[in-house]
Amino acid sequence: MAKHKTPLLDQLESGPWPSFVSDIKQEIASRYANPKGIDFQIPAECPDDLLGILELSYVEGETHWKHGGIVGVFGYGGGVIGRYCDQPEKYPGVAHFHTVRLNQPSGMYYKTDFLRQLCDLWELRGSGLTNMHGATGDIVLLGTSTPQLEEIFWEVTHNMNNDLGGSGSNLRTPSCCLGESRCEYACYDSQEMCYNLTNEYQDELHRPAFPYKFKFKFDACSLCCVASIARSDMSFIGTWRDEIRVDQKVVAAYVGGEIAPNAGAHAGRDWGKFDIQKEVVALCPSQCIRYEGGKLEINNKECVRCMHCICVMPRALKIGNDRGCSILVGAKAPILDGPQMGSLAIPFIKVDDDYAGVKEFIEATWDWWMEEGKNRERIGETLKRLGFAKLLEVTGTKADPRHVKEPRHNPYIFWKEEEVEGGWQREISDYRSRHQK
Amino acid sequence: MALVYEEAKAKIVEFINSKAKSKSKFYFNDFTALFPEEKGRDVKKILTQMINEEVLVFWSSGSTSMYGLHGAGKHADGED
Repeated sequence: MAKHKTPLLDQLESGPWPSFVSDIKQEIASRYANPKGIDFQIPAECPDDLLGILELSYVEGETHWKHGGIVGVFGYGGGVIGRYCDQPEKYPGVAHFHTVRLNQPSGMYYKTDFLRQLCDLWELRGSGLTNMHGATGDIVLLGTSTPQLEEIFWEVTHNMNNDLGGSGSNLRTPSCCLGESRCEYACYDSQEMCYNLTNEYQDELHRPAFPYKFKFKFDACSLCCVASIARSDMSFIGTWRDEIRVDQKVVAAYVGGEIAPNAGAHAGRDWGKFDIQKEVVALCPSQCIRYEGGKLEINNKECVRCMHCICVMPRALKIGNDRGCSILVGAKAPILDGPQMGSLAIPFIKVDDDYAGVKEFIEATWDWWMEEGKNRERIGETLKRLGFAKLLEVTGTKADPRHVKEPRHNPYIFWKEEEVEGGWQREISDYRSRHQK
Repeated sequence: MALVYEEAKAKIVEFINSKAKSKSKFYFNDFTALFPEEKGRDVKKILTQMINEEVLVFWSSGSTSMYGLHGAGKHADGED
């Protein structure tokens, strides 16, 4: 039986969506019944008091969580987020309610025994409430007390072969799509790259030295299943630089209705006969596709890698063979200056086994941001403040027309005097001989 | 010039103590400013060693991280 009356929260359960309130009530009932006889290391009433204090916040219209704190495991500056409530006598179960972030496996593949271990650990030493997964992509374990932190860390690192994730002014837990493990569109092994860079940059992940948070995300193709282009300070998006492979016979089979478009994904309703002009050619954003006389032609130089045509006819069109990734910098959510999408910094880079070129770019970018970035300034804001050309300069990247979003919109690339023949000096009389005042 | 740990540590502690009346938590950049000739990564190594020796502690809001002297300002035990 729950301790607190929660009429406002109860109302949230009446909507058509799955409710976190219902989930928490389920955990409250489970902890009070305790059928497995667990020796709870934090109060059994923790989720009950969580609903209680949230109801209080709804009534009063203000939060009862205090801001941050000094909690963590020894030597780590991230992965644990201290949360304390300001009504510990009334809600003792959430006097401490720290969050623990764990590094999720690449592509979020789990073995059931790992999930079982995780749940058992969090029933014993935490609230039993988890968030799979947080916005960054990591495993979020909600609500524990300070004395449990080292115990949890020991269990996670010694018996579960896992580690804490990132929080604070750190490299955040890198995340990736499932890439080559299941997807035919993958242009590089996003899981391997995510794993490699996670190991390479352990110090950046666990010991804060950045001006603010920094997120890596890896999408193996431009369909961007993990939305890296919008959600990460540095996104790695798979692409190719040769041509989309076209099998004209299979295109004809799509047109003839022998193969369902979109791999049959919209088969729940009769949309009529497949119309390649309307559903593929007309929807190409750069208008680089033509279908005439039973032949599909693509002007690959104009292709912007939206991959719509490939998604509609996946058996007829395939990604190119000369594959690698693009690197974009500066996406962020709208705390300051509004939201930003990533800006294309490296149009194409081959993904080698040692990721040497990628790491060189990353480290040059970090060195610049650590030097120039203001406190609590995302790299996207530093870019906006100091100019994209500066990033190109510090990373040794040659300016390229592909860096320009659209003509006359973001002319951030300016010639420098040393790059111009004759510099800025000129013979004015020579000029005046051809131009009147 | 390479940083000498004991000298750098003394300078950092002195800096923190000089600000103790107004604040107890400091951004990473506050420390790099103390050593303008040094690379940020070298300053970080000093701070990490001071954390490992429990001279300093991390403070985090969840989104931002700061450093402070062990026991100074609000600390975990005092949050109760």
